[in-house]
Amino acid sequence: MMFVPGNNPAMMSDAHIYAPDSIMLDLEDSVSMAEKDAARLLVHHALKTIDYGNIEMVVRINPLNTPYGKKDVEAVVTAGVHVIRMPKTETAEEVVELEREIERVEERLGCVGRTQIMAAIESTKGIINAYAIATASKRMMGIALGAEDYCANLKTQRTTTGEELLLARQTIVVAARAAGIDALDTVFSNLNDMETFRREVELIKHLGFDGKSIINPRQIEIINEVFTPTQKDIDKARAICAAIKEAEAKGSGVIALNGKMIDKPVVIRAQRTIELAMAAGVIKEEDL
Amino acid sequence: MKEAYAGTLESGDIMIQIEPAETQGLTIELNSTVMYQFGEQIRNVITETLTDLGVTDALVKATDKGALDCTIRARVTAAAVRATGKDVWAD
Repeated sequence: MMFVPGNNPAMMSDAHIYAPDSIMLDLEDSVSMAEKDAARLLVHHALKTIDYGNIEMVVRINPLNTPYGKKDVEAVVTAGVHVIRMPKTETAEEVVELEREIERVEERLGCVGRTQIMAAIESTKGIINAYAIATASKRMMGIALGAEDYCANLKTQRTTTGEELLLARQTIVVAARAAGIDALDTVFSNLNDMETFRREVELIKHLGFDGKSIINPRQIEIINEVFTPTQKDIDKARAICAAIKEAEAKGSGVIALNGKMIDKPVVIRAQRTIELAMAAGVIKEEDL
Repeated sequence: MKEAYAGTLESGDIMIQIEPAETQGLTIELNSTVMYQFGEQIRNVITETLTDLGVTDALVKATDKGALDCTIRARVTAAAVRATGKDVWAD
């Protein structure tokens, strides 16, 4: 998910060239208070006009308890945004309130249920409530970590190794998995340290995250490299999926591949590998 | 109506300044890096946007740096809202 400031028309019109999985147009932290009205209009018209292709379009709105939040919801829902990213989410009630606002606009437009919600968790209270937030609405499609505010709240600071974020990251992944939605990691801001960035991407992949927020197109390649399964992994996953299909056709519950028993978790991991390979464009559906 | 502006002079953007008109109608003073190719189209977008917002009398000074039509619409609307105090979003 690539962050793009909502008050920069050149970046907004060029962002899709880098082909991120999703683009998040930001109305919150990257826009000064004096420009909130203008950014809201820019984002509204950009969403309505620019052809972003198959890229998932997300807008980070201002919190609903500010003078900007409700207007942001109206502007982006009327423009057909796919996902609203809610910042600084601390409770399930906040998600319900956002859902109500979205529904109010969608009812007027006659498209109830169209807009999804992603909640960014950026405080210790939010982490404690992660599962309640993740399950607060049927519109929830993901939860994300916002590490800068979280670390400030925790009274610590970010390190290059990330021990301070371990509990928050694992809590978010566990809550997202239990809720059946996506888990997205926080941004890494030092563009001059791509080695640490790569290590962080490898770490969050191991922890189970589905992806990472980024602030610059230069970071896309490394994320794709880390998240794209190797050919060896894909071949193994395909063999497992083929074996399970054959076993199902024969009515057999237990299968073996190369002398090893294949049980359900192995099949789930293989399917996940195939999904990732397809998402990365390494294999296509017709290849299966 | 009061004098107001929106936008920047950065590449891909347009700066719109709206002032109360001394004469009837819309007067547009346009300065653009793509004047010869798109000058007329930019004027049309500005006029159409202001007409849709009910602004019929104003002096508009526009400095364009290659903005897309959607950016022009957004900046003109922002300047008009600031000039008239009438927002386009419900509270």
